[in-house]
Amino acid sequence: MRKEKRGGNRMRLSLPALSVNEGVARAAVAAFCAQCDPSATELADIKCAVSEAVTNCIVHAYRERRGEISITVRLIEGGVRIAIRDRGCGIPDVRLAREPLFTTDAAGERSGMGFTVMESFMDRLSVRSKRGKGTLVILTKYIGREGGV
Amino acid sequence: MIHRNYGYDTRSRDGLLCVYLYGEIDHHSAVALREELDELLWRERPRRLVLNLARIDFMDSAGLGLLMGRYRLVRELGGVMALTAPNPRVLKILRLSGMERFFEIEDVPKGEKI
Repeated sequence: MRKEKRGGNRMRLSLPALSVNEGVARAAVAAFCAQCDPSATELADIKCAVSEAVTNCIVHAYRERRGEISITVRLIEGGVRIAIRDRGCGIPDVRLAREPLFTTDAAGERSGMGFTVMESFMDRLSVRSKRGKGTLVILTKYIGREGGV
Repeated sequence: MIHRNYGYDTRSRDGLLCVYLYGEIDHHSAVALREELDELLWRERPRRLVLNLARIDFMDSAGLGLLMGRYRLVRELGGVMALTAPNPRVLKILRLSGMERFFEIEDVPKGEKI
């Protein structure tokens, strides 16, 4: 059987900012990542981090109004890189937003753990945001490094 | 029609209310579950609420908010709340948040036979 070259493969996905698409996004990303042969734990970590990032777009960036979420998944050496972008309101203070338990939506029973989950479950997290322009979250996961659950 | 990938079954007796959650808990499902469970809790006013998580396939931080909110409501109604049978992935996020200290967590369901 011819060995497929995996490097360079990527997936682009664009979804309306609807809460029902949280599940769609994580399922699509997980299906793409399966070609890296992740363990069940690694795949669960990726799904959880993607779900958190997409939920942030819907709840905070677009505040449950209309908007578009772009997701790009790219195979990199030893893992995957997932970029999730919105064109919403932006984050005024990224450092503060990344603090555990920080939330601007206490009435909505948000736990304020979204960025903490992304940071803990992935190997790298980068957040770039501009007020009124939107936010780009980049998640990186290396496959086969876990001690895991 | 959009398929609902979450839900719950319930059993109750003598002040004990067991809720067997199943499926995926994210922000989308948590909104609906919160409304339905609160209605149930106000109606039943259990002395002890046991949330069985054995059939939860996925949970993110929205699930933490859902659990914490129900914990607060049950206490407000004069009861206590416990979690049973969380799978390792659910346990991982509970531990990460530090919320495990608020709940009585049982690996295997006990005392919830009705």
